[in-house]
Amino acid sequence: MSTFVWIVVPYVCVGMFVGGHIWRWRHDQFGWTTHTSQILENRLLRLGSPLFHLGAFGVIAGHAMGLLVPASWTHALGVSEHVYHLVSVTGGVVTGVMLVAGLTLLIARRFVSGRIRRVTTTMDKVLYAALAAMVVLGMSGTVVINLFGEGYDYRETLAVWFRQIFHLQPDPSLMTGAPLVFQLHAIGGFLFLAMWPFTRLVHVWSAPLAYLWRPYVVYRGRRGPAPAPQPAPSAVRTVSAARPSAQPSVRPAVQPSDQPDRPTVKA
Amino acid sequence: MRIRAQVAMVMNLDKCIGCHTCSVTCKQTWTNREGTEYVWFNNVETKPGIGYPKHYEDQERWKGGWKLDGKGRLVLRSGGRAKRLSRIFANPDLPAIDDYYEPATFDKDILVSAPGGLTDTPVKKPYSKLTGEPMSIEWGANWEDSLGGDTMDQDPNLRGLADKVKFEFEKTFMFHLPRICEHCLNPACVSACPSGAMYKREEDGIVLVDQDRCRGWRMCVSACPYKKVYVNHATGKAEKCTFCFPRIEAGQPTICSETCVGRLRYLGILWYDEDAVLAAATVPDEELLDAQRGVFLDPFDPAVQQAARDAGHPEEWIEAAMASPVWKLISEYRIALPLHPEYRTLPMVWYVPPLSPVLDAAGAAGRDDTDADDIFHTIDDLRIPVAYLASLFTAGDTAVAGGVLMKLAAMRAYMRARTLDGTVARELLDGIGMTADQVEAMYRLLAIAKYDERYVIPAAHAKTAAALEDLGGCSLDGDGGPGMGGGPVPVILSTRRGQ
Repeated sequence: MSTFVWIVVPYVCVGMFVGGHIWRWRHDQFGWTTHTSQILENRLLRLGSPLFHLGAFGVIAGHAMGLLVPASWTHALGVSEHVYHLVSVTGGVVTGVMLVAGLTLLIARRFVSGRIRRVTTTMDKVLYAALAAMVVLGMSGTVVINLFGEGYDYRETLAVWFRQIFHLQPDPSLMTGAPLVFQLHAIGGFLFLAMWPFTRLVHVWSAPLAYLWRPYVVYRGRRGPAPAPQPAPSAVRTVSAARPSAQPSVRPAVQPSDQPDRPTVKA
Repeated sequence: MRIRAQVAMVMNLDKCIGCHTCSVTCKQTWTNREGTEYVWFNNVETKPGIGYPKHYEDQERWKGGWKLDGKGRLVLRSGGRAKRLSRIFANPDLPAIDDYYEPATFDKDILVSAPGGLTDTPVKKPYSKLTGEPMSIEWGANWEDSLGGDTMDQDPNLRGLADKVKFEFEKTFMFHLPRICEHCLNPACVSACPSGAMYKREEDGIVLVDQDRCRGWRMCVSACPYKKVYVNHATGKAEKCTFCFPRIEAGQPTICSETCVGRLRYLGILWYDEDAVLAAATVPDEELLDAQRGVFLDPFDPAVQQAARDAGHPEEWIEAAMASPVWKLISEYRIALPLHPEYRTLPMVWYVPPLSPVLDAAGAAGRDDTDADDIFHTIDDLRIPVAYLASLFTAGDTAVAGGVLMKLAAMRAYMRARTLDGTVARELLDGIGMTADQVEAMYRLLAIAKYDERYVIPAAHAKTAAALEDLGGCSLDGDGGPGMGGGPVPVILSTRRGQ
């Protein structure tokens, strides 16, 4: 069981994350968008969206710090356990509260505005539910256990297991002893990654940083061939007048291949 | 010099009767789809008025177009690149849908399904296309039609003039202004697009949105000072007037031009120097009009023709540029003017300003609106219509706007004398500095030009036409595209909503 949950599920999820993105990038460029709804509702979005996004940046940075930086590195730098704990809990709470506030506003917006409710897809609802669940689990880990509770040192267990996944030798025993909240948050995180490529979250990978360097006006040549030139109305009139018995054809049957130039047949 | 071709349009506003046929045929062709109910690539608004979307010309509010910064450099009014990206989560300059209008439909079924024997006639009620709920219709794309909106005093172009207009209401004036995307030489929408999805076509200057690369950052909507880029709220992507490029490529006029009842639209190509665009957009306000005219290259100049040949343009295009009615109206007769040159986007849809407000004013002042002298005096005396037209078309320069009106008035009087009296009014020609041949050619182009004279559109390079057979289907048939059909349906996630 623990092998399935702490080894099989993470790898399947990472596979879906990578494979899903490749598949969607190839097959659904048209659907690859932020799916903006600002023109339909601006009042709640104006506050909620920046709060959510900036909070999310902080939370992602915090996760990177906690999961990817081994405890031995910070020790070697002379950062004491107490200082690290202070930084991580403070940063986690501040950015977490921003994320919660932003997400609450964005979800409320989906309920309050009839216009927004109408454009909310099933996938949006799934995404909002998953985001809410992940944030609740993550915040209870940070606030309930690490701020007010006895604390749990995820850096010696959870983070090690997480890094082992990428070394291809995860040890499930590191996770079996973790508090339930951390277990759920960890496995939920992987399920969230698996869902990612199939939601509007793909817009994260299109963050337009290249805009900072490119020239303002973009010129582009026409892709593909030009369509066949259409005859001028005068030419059509001439042709149909010359053949009154024939079916009235709007376009004279001229094959593009034997048509070297624009047909300008004039009487 | 880098020579490029631009497909451009001129509209003769004196001939616009405000019938909205262009808007309707455009909508039927391009935006009769879910998500674009409120979108009019072509709209006709009544001036003075606040327009569509409301107050779109108020750039203090929407921050559209370009401006010169303190050091005289050209910058987008909404700020630099980093500032724009910092506002990507909530664009403060984006119009809301209520600034356009809430699109509605009607339960027309009630008209036939209502039970008989009612004392009242059944009435169809409006329902919102956004929520499906009953609604009251309070605004629309042409709500102010023929000054019906009671909003003319809010027109941003009337700032400083509003009181006089109100007081002289009996002398009020109006005209219709059809608007499409300007397909600018220095497009602010393209410059503001974070994804690089918007582009100006090298072949004909048409500005388009690549639907596969648009990520819905909606900066183009706020950056366009004419508010001619729209968000499709069903697909989450930007859409805009395409200048009917599939028709243009085939040598046909745009659908708005084709169906224009007043025959007031002119289409043709212009040569322009891409390297001169930035400098022309950076001159002081009062030089903008001349600077933009200076970007266009004389199609009769052998050096320009040779440059076009060297750049690979076919002979057919070089001939079409010489026959271009747009070149004649803009650069030869100099009676066409750009809409709001002070936005510094170098728009490519120009307008022959209407003489009718002046004629109306002359009539209201008890003058003879067929007498050239009386009209000239009216143009000189009645500053309101002229100043208003100047704020629309010449960045406030009343001398230039008045000069164009003088030309139009002189042409009328000259042709009147010629036709009725058989005399050549030489003093009129001297007054506007044009020859008799020029005035008569101008008269023909404005009054009686036929289809082939109004629309001189060379087809796209015919060489590539044979390759069409390999295409297999229409390029507009993508999901969400105006073709919507034919071929396999592409995979779309999370873009459809239940009805």
